[in-house]
Amino acid sequence: MNKPIIELENVSKIYKLGKVNVKALYNINLKIYPKEFLAIIGKSGSGKTTCLSIMGCLDLPTRGKVKLLGKDISKFDDRELSKIRGKTIGFIFQMFNLIPTLTTLENVTLPMIFQGVDKEKRIKRAKKLLKLVGLEERMNHRPMELSGGEQQRVAIARALANEPQIILADEPTGNLDTKSGKMIIDILEKINKEKGTTLVMVTHDIELASRANRIIKLEDGKIVKELKRKK
Amino acid sequence: MILDYIKLVIINLAHRKLRSLLTIIGIFIGIAAVVSLLSLGQGVNFAIREQFEKMGADKIVVLPGSSGQMGLLSASFASKPLTEKDVDKISKIRGVDIAAGIIFKSARVIFGKETKYVFVTGIPLDETKEIIKTMQQFEIEKGKDLNEENKYEAVVGHDFAYDLFEREVKPGDEIEIEGKKFKVVGILEKIGNRMDDTSVVISIKIAKDIFDVEDEISIIFVKVKKGVDVNSVAEEIKEKLRKLKNEEEGEESFQVQTSAQLMERVQTILSLFQIMLVGIAAISLLVGGIGIMNTQYTSVLERTREIGIMKAIGASNLDVMLIFLIEAGIIGLVGGIIGCILGIGMAKLIEIYAANTGFSTLKAYVDSTLILGSLAFSFFIGAISGFAPARRAAKLQPAEALRYE
Repeated sequence: MNKPIIELENVSKIYKLGKVNVKALYNINLKIYPKEFLAIIGKSGSGKTTCLSIMGCLDLPTRGKVKLLGKDISKFDDRELSKIRGKTIGFIFQMFNLIPTLTTLENVTLPMIFQGVDKEKRIKRAKKLLKLVGLEERMNHRPMELSGGEQQRVAIARALANEPQIILADEPTGNLDTKSGKMIIDILEKINKEKGTTLVMVTHDIELASRANRIIKLEDGKIVKELKRKK
Repeated sequence: MILDYIKLVIINLAHRKLRSLLTIIGIFIGIAAVVSLLSLGQGVNFAIREQFEKMGADKIVVLPGSSGQMGLLSASFASKPLTEKDVDKISKIRGVDIAAGIIFKSARVIFGKETKYVFVTGIPLDETKEIIKTMQQFEIEKGKDLNEENKYEAVVGHDFAYDLFEREVKPGDEIEIEGKKFKVVGILEKIGNRMDDTSVVISIKIAKDIFDVEDEISIIFVKVKKGVDVNSVAEEIKEKLRKLKNEEEGEESFQVQTSAQLMERVQTILSLFQIMLVGIAAISLLVGGIGIMNTQYTSVLERTREIGIMKAIGASNLDVMLIFLIEAGIIGLVGGIIGCILGIGMAKLIEIYAANTGFSTLKAYVDSTLILGSLAFSFFIGAISGFAPARRAAKLQPAEALRYE
């Protein structure tokens, strides 16, 4: 087996809420390999989102080591961390998190602006990605004019903008009806299968999780169960 | 990349039009005030320099009153006047070409049934007349010049003729000065300030008579010979007059100024006045800057989640910082552009108004340094005021910012 693309070693995250310390994650050890589709399940408050944030360099662990592509990120400065967030990782959120003042096309080109991709290339790629998610007709619409499912598809296109090796999806179907939700998962699965992009998805929906190669279950910030699916 | 950020910023500002506009107003009022004051100040400065250049650098003016008292106006109120003796003494000093004294007094003038109070200048009509005409910038526009020192004749200022009385004063008309009848023989060209343009010029001999002064001179004008150092002649005049009047150094009842000193003095006072006015205008700019800061803090708070999103998709702290700095800078810059246009407009209006009321020296002078300078300054104010909010935005933790509702 090849080297893990994401590696968490004894990772703990403790939040201070007033005088109380809240352990969001406790001694997590987890290796995720390239091309894997991993689902993280658990009740709300179990630490799923925190775990995903730490993998995606949105948050730093209180203790423990995070390695991305074999490199320890604790030594990285803001510039390197933002580069990883922009290039290596694509995020998809439950709330879609599109920028409301920008059009669909502008939302998809935004990550490329931060990576300094030139304008012509940016627009060409954004159009291609919008076609991939079936929204090429909605290029000049703003998020408010799109349905939830459409917004999430824009978010997927945006996540793919800089050809990331990893996609981190936090409850991507949580705000969608079953039909749109299924469509989203289909697209994500297709990207995982066809492009070999590593996919880590947080969900509380067992049925969705069952489509992953591997499922881990979090409870009170600890991994309590791990399931692997034989192909 | 910066261009892309500018585009993002403009989209954002356009999205919250009213707030952007209000913040911009805060800036452009200040910039407009500064621009109009500076351009008017500059214009007046140039006009004064031009007048002094016409006068020439080889002139010296002797005024009554200690050097603590300011200006030509003090000439008519000074306690100890200059005399004909002083004029004689000065004209005998080596290096002095011509010395001429004039009388300068406020008088009651009647034309038709109207009575006005204006300044009357009594000038000698001998060979020293020329120096007075250059110094005072008297040029005959219509009619003829004074030339008979015993005749009750008068030359009147431009505004005196056309503007002061209901009926236009023409050569050949009769006016009454301090109860004596004078014949108007000529009209002067416009000089550019109301005081001079409404004055009347008569022979000094007759002036002494009607003002009932035996031996009193208001101002002495001196022209220095070619190739002679003006400053040393001025020193010489000071010394000789001191001896004549038996006065101690530093306690003179008169002051001697070269045209360069005179110009410097006027300019110093002018620039002090200007600094004061611009200082007041600058306070409104400070308030405008605080307005930008306030708007930007609100904006950072409102867009916390958006900042989180931008960071999640690859924006570094520096990128976020830049976006917010550019935003504040653009508010400042747009305020500056509007402020410049308004300021120049205001200055031009004041110029037109001043010209209509007789102060044609008050001109607005606009150059590229002023415009570019104020634009750069307004951008700078924006960026400085936006700095603290931008830093706050840049320092937000992405995970935390994304959780913000």
